[in-house]
Amino acid sequence: MAGGTIDVNGVWKKFAKGESFDSLRDLIPSLAKRLISKPPDQELLQKEFWALRDVSFSVRPGEALAIIGPNGSGKSTMLKLLSRILKPNRGSIAVKGRLGALIELGAGFHPDLTGRENIYLNGTILGMKRAEIDKKFDEIVDFSGLAAFLDMPVKRYSSGMYARLGFSVAVHVDPDVLLVDEVLSVGDYHFQEQCFRKMQQFCRQGTTLVFVSHNLTAVSTLCTTALVLKSGFPVFQGDISGAIQKYHSFYEADLKSRELEVLDSRLKVNGASDTNVIEPGSRVVFEVEIQALAEIRDAHPGIQVHTPDGQCLFATASSRLTKDRLNLSPGQRATLVFSFDMNLQGGVFLLGFTVSPEIETPGEWLYYNPRLKRLVLTEDRRCAGVLHANPSLDILIHRSEVKTMDRQEVSA
Amino acid sequence: MDKIDTWIPPKQTEPKSRNLFRELFQYRDLLLMLTWRDIKIRYKQSVMGFLWAILMPVLVVGAGVVVMIAFSRVSGHGIDKSAVFSVAVKSVSWAFFAAGVRFATNSLIMNKELVTKIYFPREILPLASVLASLVDFAVAMAVLLIVLCIAKIGVTIYLLWLPVLLLLLTMITMGFAFILSCANLFFRDVKYLVEILLTYGIFFTPVLYSAKNLGKLGTLMLINPIGPILEGLSSVVILHEAPDLRWLGNSAVWAVLGFALFWKIFEKAESSFAESI
Repeated sequence: MAGGTIDVNGVWKKFAKGESFDSLRDLIPSLAKRLISKPPDQELLQKEFWALRDVSFSVRPGEALAIIGPNGSGKSTMLKLLSRILKPNRGSIAVKGRLGALIELGAGFHPDLTGRENIYLNGTILGMKRAEIDKKFDEIVDFSGLAAFLDMPVKRYSSGMYARLGFSVAVHVDPDVLLVDEVLSVGDYHFQEQCFRKMQQFCRQGTTLVFVSHNLTAVSTLCTTALVLKSGFPVFQGDISGAIQKYHSFYEADLKSRELEVLDSRLKVNGASDTNVIEPGSRVVFEVEIQALAEIRDAHPGIQVHTPDGQCLFATASSRLTKDRLNLSPGQRATLVFSFDMNLQGGVFLLGFTVSPEIETPGEWLYYNPRLKRLVLTEDRRCAGVLHANPSLDILIHRSEVKTMDRQEVSA
Repeated sequence: MDKIDTWIPPKQTEPKSRNLFRELFQYRDLLLMLTWRDIKIRYKQSVMGFLWAILMPVLVVGAGVVVMIAFSRVSGHGIDKSAVFSVAVKSVSWAFFAAGVRFATNSLIMNKELVTKIYFPREILPLASVLASLVDFAVAMAVLLIVLCIAKIGVTIYLLWLPVLLLLLTMITMGFAFILSCANLFFRDVKYLVEILLTYGIFFTPVLYSAKNLGKLGTLMLINPIGPILEGLSSVVILHEAPDLRWLGNSAVWAVLGFALFWKIFEKAESSFAESI
């Protein structure tokens, strides 16, 4: 299995908002017009809109590209174009290598057929040869964990079992290019884990991956680069941490505060200033320069660290740290210097800054931006996961037991 | 990037035109698999199961024979054995055509999930429907042949025409399958029109009677491309004579042209299936 390549060049795609005709009266003139002149591909007709506008990117063998963006931004359309289900109105798409798609699990299943029959049916639809399925059949069944239900029609399956079987067939296609669209959200926790591991395995084997998901933690773990779409426009293309910040910036308008504003913020790590690449275990100094817009009395400045998905890993505030309070008159400036040990590793995390009023109430803030800075944590080879626990190990072999055995041998 | 007033379309790189037959050959496993699925699900959860494949044509032939008896009562002529078997052969063949067309017309919209989610040559869906009907037809024909043997109809050199006639019938059915499945995807009216045309079609096709007994109306029935093929089948299997080559030529031209043209149209429309379904 080798990685394939993807080249997308200036792709435009439009969709109709409703049916292109409502009645026979509209249909006949429009058909007649279409016969006389070809429909204009470049312009929008009535009731049409651009779902993708001038998208270009390429993915080299073994690379993993994430496509992120709000709902309706054209992510799934892009995947459908890549898998040849849709055709672009303009531009070109070239995919080299065998294509596998985890787009809709079990799309080819027929409810009246049994699990066994559907493995063959779906496998063939996904492009496998019969002999190939014969060879991988046991592996597919093992992966799905549904050996006991193979001869039951899939209409009697639960939705989780359905997804399991679909995923198991799909991942055994052995693709060079794998397209994944939000499939990690189905199935139980362990199944999601299993899917995720399988995708990591694909990445290690050098399969080229295009991954669409709202699960930003998964995206940042699997992918190195990302494309951010917004209403069909490619608004960002580059490293994953920048993409995540861009994605969050769409919602930044919600975060405007009337009490104070942040003028500047800096990270200092091991003497290096203004960096965001951090070695696990280092002491991080975070400086925030603020200006009051209104009178601020006895407020509590604080910081938070979140995963890209918004799970809070760590939070603190002045109320927990010192007796000092923040007192500012309008227009006055201050610099807040936080420092903490960064005991996380291997991924992108978001560092936030908050100011809460004198009496702290959940959800009430003078200033709240959970994504002020992004932290890119390098990976310590000594451990996996997100926690950097500075591990060590000594192996102590018990000599005495070995001696006992020696003695037994001697006596024998 | 936020606003686009004018833009120059990038050069359109026209994809190389697909080699239709080669692509179909690459996907032959899928064609067979979908045919198998269509046959399999047709008789799922039915008590009779595959017996329906035999029972249905028996009932169709039965209906034909009833009509024949009615005719003979009115006209005062008797019924001979060969006329009955002739109607049997023709009505079983017509049933194949009608089932193939009916089934194929709905093939794309019935498989909406596949059309919108997974790429493969869409031709496979109507073709699989026709092939599935062809398997039913083969079963019915096999039963009929056994009956013909028992009835001592006999074997002649003219039977060599049989593969040619069946090929033409299949090609016509596939041609209709392409154009109708495609049209039905865009306009759901088509499936109702197909039902109506198939219902009335049997009156304009020499199924229950022979075209040559009908004079001018018979000529009309032979212009209908199915007509000469059905007549031909009855000629070579039952009547032991060569088919009428002039009329059969008409059918052959229809079959080949229709098949090629309708496939081409299908292929042209194919790229917009997923967004129009």
